[in-house]
Amino acid sequence: MFHLLWLVPALPFAGAAILMLFGPRMSRRPAAWIGCGSIGVSAAISILIAWRFLAQPPAGGSYTQQLWTWMSVAGFQPGIAFYLDALSLVMMLVVTFVSFFIHLYSVEYMGDDEGFSRFFAYMNLFVASMIVLVLGDNLLFLYLGWEGVGLCSYLLIGFWYTDPKNGLAAQKAFIVTRVGDTAMALGLFLLFHQLGTITIQPLMQAAQQHWAGGSPYATAAGLLLLGGACGKSAQLPLQTWLPDAMAGPTPTSALIHAATMVTAGVYLIARTHVLYSLSPVAQTAVTVVGLATLLVAGFAALTQDDIKRILAYSTISQIGYMFFGLGVGAWTAAIFHFMTHAFFKALLFLASGMVITSMHHEQNIFKMGGLRKELPLAYWAFVIGGCSLAGVPLVTAGFYSKGLILWGALSSPRGSETLWALGVFGVFLTALYTFRLIFIVFHGPCHHKPSQKTGMTMGVPVIVLCVLSLVGGFVNLPAWLGGHPWFVNFLGAALPATAEGHPAFGELASEGLVSLALAIGLVAAWYFFLKRRELSEWLASTGLGRLLHRWWYNDWGMDWLYDRLFVRPVGWFARANKGDAVDLVYDGAAAVTRLGWRALRTTETGRVRWYAAGLLVGTVIFVMILALL
Amino acid sequence: MFALGLIGLLVRRNLLFILMSIEVMLNAAGLAFVAAGARWGQADGQVMFLFILAVAAAEVAVGLALLLRLYHRFQSLDADAADEMRG
Amino acid sequence: MAVLFYIAALVAVLSTVLMLTRLNSVHALLYLTVSLLAVAVVFYTLGAIFMAVLEVVVYAGAIMVLFVFVVMVLNLGNRAVEIERAWVRPGMFTGPVILAAILGFEVAYLLMRTGSFTAPAAPVGPRQVALALYGPYLLGVELASFLLLGALVGAYHVGSRRAPGRMDGSGSDRIRVTAGGDLVRAGADRPSRPA
Repeated sequence: MFHLLWLVPALPFAGAAILMLFGPRMSRRPAAWIGCGSIGVSAAISILIAWRFLAQPPAGGSYTQQLWTWMSVAGFQPGIAFYLDALSLVMMLVVTFVSFFIHLYSVEYMGDDEGFSRFFAYMNLFVASMIVLVLGDNLLFLYLGWEGVGLCSYLLIGFWYTDPKNGLAAQKAFIVTRVGDTAMALGLFLLFHQLGTITIQPLMQAAQQHWAGGSPYATAAGLLLLGGACGKSAQLPLQTWLPDAMAGPTPTSALIHAATMVTAGVYLIARTHVLYSLSPVAQTAVTVVGLATLLVAGFAALTQDDIKRILAYSTISQIGYMFFGLGVGAWTAAIFHFMTHAFFKALLFLASGMVITSMHHEQNIFKMGGLRKELPLAYWAFVIGGCSLAGVPLVTAGFYSKGLILWGALSSPRGSETLWALGVFGVFLTALYTFRLIFIVFHGPCHHKPSQKTGMTMGVPVIVLCVLSLVGGFVNLPAWLGGHPWFVNFLGAALPATAEGHPAFGELASEGLVSLALAIGLVAAWYFFLKRRELSEWLASTGLGRLLHRWWYNDWGMDWLYDRLFVRPVGWFARANKGDAVDLVYDGAAAVTRLGWRALRTTETGRVRWYAAGLLVGTVIFVMILALL
Repeated sequence: MFALGLIGLLVRRNLLFILMSIEVMLNAAGLAFVAAGARWGQADGQVMFLFILAVAAAEVAVGLALLLRLYHRFQSLDADAADEMRG
Repeated sequence: MAVLFYIAALVAVLSTVLMLTRLNSVHALLYLTVSLLAVAVVFYTLGAIFMAVLEVVVYAGAIMVLFVFVVMVLNLGNRAVEIERAWVRPGMFTGPVILAAILGFEVAYLLMRTGSFTAPAAPVGPRQVALALYGPYLLGVELASFLLLGALVGAYHVGSRRAPGRMDGSGSDRIRVTAGGDLVRAGADRPSRPA
């Protein structure tokens, strides 16, 4: 069964190739069948492989499929190989499964779009690249997938390319992530240079053998890879591209910019966890980045008025939680949160897509309102997704995963009460902005009558994701509920267990306090945004409120800062150097050449005898040299 | 004789004479080959002369065809008339 | 035999010089033919009998016929001799003669340095030549045949009246007007143009 592994990325890739070549001449129905079908079969194969993996785990808990050698240069032999273990299995399952439902949803959502087959070609290419990223056996192959998803992200953000704004957003995403990718490439070079291999598992073993704890190499490599992860996962210094990336079609936002691609950074850090275990500095950096991002993005989400931007900031914030979990050593919890987040965030985006469609592509939440009765499915999807996002106790998936991360923040030796408290404050923020969104959009007075209803093809994926957002957490019931931490044990084969420290209080108390924070957030949201909305408006109109609102609304002024710090100096330099000083050298070379041409053209008389005489003189000289030697 | 052919090539403006000079030069080269072959008792010299013969035949055929065309065009056998491609 | 060789060589050089200095192209052609025949005699004295035959048949025969044919097609006449008289002046010979002399001396010097001339070894017969041709030089033979085919096609294409480009049409009309004479008509106006 495992030998079918190569089909999982190959099928979506083949689908993408077919759609790119023949898509323009294809009608919508076969294009949709190819687009969805290839992902569907790929998802089915993933499930079969997972079944086999659970029933008969391969020796050593991992399976490597070596297809061929990519290149072979002086001992550098990266292969085209897939590596399957518990971690990549979970990633692969989630990616193919969620992708399939989002593809299904897109068939109807993109139904009227001119670039229908183009859209599916990009999406399929994305899925193929993402699976390559997840299954890549060596860091170079992983990097191929990493750049592939970046490319697809660029193509899909700028999908509606006739609007220059979308193109700019796509460029921004591409360039900002490129900063991170460069750091990651440097990290790869460093690892290869120091350890002589790029295949992940031998690399990790070599790192453990050659580098002592706290080694500067491990720290440097860890920080460089973290840079790459920050770019791709939109973490703090490089998070500015994700909100603008919402310019793409909503299924794109759901798949790429919420569920899968942006969590690639989490996967990368989990995959190379050995480096971070070796370097406390790098791991602390992960913690700090995660914590800062989750708070910053939470505040920013509070002030947005575009429905997709709120969800984008929420995504940044949730990935911040994952980084936070990785940073405190709760590896499995972070991957758990990745899985549940993929479910509920995809659900939220798909539901927001339904709302946007029925509101004639209006995305401002203050122009919506009272949609509860009109769009019951979207409403319930939002409620379920929002509850899962905020982590409503016991019934939602988000509760279990987020609780596990926060418990790790408290209980692991790397955690502390302060970190935990800040994380819990993040829960309060999450609840506040999530229910602010729900209350404003679906409750209160109705401003606009929504027009069209959505059909089954959009409904089914939403319902499936609703169910998954609710029950997805039951795979890892905590011990205090009398359950079995099945998911954590499963991942234990690939990731180290969370170390036990000396928590100040028990897990149950931690979960209780988290739930309390959530309840406060929910009530506050209800009070400020539904019961007494004028109160929130008054708060925003005071001097300090206005200042904070503007500051947070503009993403803490990060764009402004980068504009001043990088864009303008570079632009100034480009203008100052318009004449291009370096070009003078080349212009000089051109002038010399032109002079030579003037001199030589006089010999081109067009007379055959002249040329023959030249030949003769040359021969005379040549033979003379020969004779004299 | 090669030198004589060379002189003819350089002196005469008439294309016909230039072609004849080239013939003379080829013939001289062939003579040198045959003489060298005879001197060292090798068959290679005569083989080379055969090749030169083939080259000469081909060259004359094409050269004379070109000459005819040029004459049609310029009404003259002046080799310097066709200097339109000068730099 | 040696006397014959030197006489033939002298005839060849002399007739070549005379060919170069002729103004009338037909005269020049006749001298060239004499020169080629003299070279054939030289071949004979060198023992290359087959080559001598080929020299007569191909050079003095086929190639010269081609030249004669072209000269007849052009029908240059007395006017051409006048033009030649204007083109060929004794002073023009100095430069090329000096250059060619230098080259000749150089080659002679190199030859002298290589070694002295001795009596020729046993003459090389046609049998040996044929064996060498179809043995080690088979590829060369094939290439030569390709070259001849290419020359055939090229000559046909270039010489064709219907050659593409702006040379077509008007040129062939003009030749009839300027170069009258029955021979021209007979040669140049091959039955390629249906009246």
